[in-house]
Amino acid sequence: MSLLSSSVSITRYQIQGKLKNPILETLAAGLKKNAISEIDDPTLDKAVGWTSFEKPYQPDFGGSSFVYGNYLVFSLRIDRKSVPVKLVKKHVVIESEKRLAESGRPYLSRSEKERIRDQVMDRLYATVPATPNLFDIIWNYEDSQLWFFSNLKAANEELETLFLRSFDLTLIRMIPYTAAHYAADLKDTEKDILLELTRTPFTG
Amino acid sequence: MLDIAVAYNRFKFLGEEFLTWLWFAIDQDPTILRKADSDLTSLEIGNRIVLEKRHKKDVERITIKGENAGLEEAMLALQKGALVAELNLVYRSADQKWQFTLKGESLNLSSIQTPIIAAPQGPEDMEGVVLEKIFLYDKILQFIEKLYKTFIKYRLSDNWQKRDIALIKKWSQSRA
Repeated sequence: MSLLSSSVSITRYQIQGKLKNPILETLAAGLKKNAISEIDDPTLDKAVGWTSFEKPYQPDFGGSSFVYGNYLVFSLRIDRKSVPVKLVKKHVVIESEKRLAESGRPYLSRSEKERIRDQVMDRLYATVPATPNLFDIIWNYEDSQLWFFSNLKAANEELETLFLRSFDLTLIRMIPYTAAHYAADLKDTEKDILLELTRTPFTG
Repeated sequence: MLDIAVAYNRFKFLGEEFLTWLWFAIDQDPTILRKADSDLTSLEIGNRIVLEKRHKKDVERITIKGENAGLEEAMLALQKGALVAELNLVYRSADQKWQFTLKGESLNLSSIQTPIIAAPQGPEDMEGVVLEKIFLYDKILQFIEKLYKTFIKYRLSDNWQKRDIALIKKWSQSRA
């Protein structure tokens, strides 16, 4: 989802830790090392990596192209191949009938059926192009805050994993507990009370 | 610090109490809202409110949609023990308008619409447009963050039990 879209979703994160100096070089290295690459292995159905906000299909992290004022702006790209179930079924049936005709037997064993299905899947995945999905990121480095432009669980999990691998920093999602623990400047006694809270009955 | 998955489930009620309190504040105590943002002109319930009542593993859900929908049923659900699970809000500052939906259990924001800005005319405009958009998102995110901070301070104080619960109960009963 593009941050320039007319309607967006945002998941907020707090970042634990800081990048090693020089910050921009460390960041660029992490982005380049884990930049999205085309799916070369025909058996793979997914690729995940960083890409440029302005050039999402030709990632370029040269210079300070990801710096916008005080913010770092780039994108997560998830390329995914998907083959419709009905198409798989059609090719499995065709292939199974062909094998039966060749062997002259009335049925195929379970392992033969599984092998046919795997072969069909490999063949179809090799021919189907991957569909790219883009999710923009705004990183306020000074405040250790990051906005991810999606609420999708799978996309958020990919972000958290890749971020840790790329920058050795942990992203903490701002959910009711963490937003209270980190953002509300609580004293230690208040943090203890927070841990013991239970649902308020507004009835009766 | 708790494990995130554990904390998500254990404290999702806190986000729903926040939205319930926010509805109360919008209706009864707008000075709390102005303290969180002095530029605020108004904050209103938008086109959607979802309430959930949990009983063990069962969840009863009431959704009210529409630009001018009445909130009587939502108030009735509140009286019966439901909490606000999702709230669409319209925030106005001077002549500008933001609209967005807040989800209680995750505090995620969705369907965020900011005031319209000019599209970039070329690559040289891009940085300016991005920074303007960031400013507009920041405005609303900071507001929500400050409101949540205020709510948490109230929620953790003795006054929550002594005063605030009674005020919210009284409000919901008087409005039904």
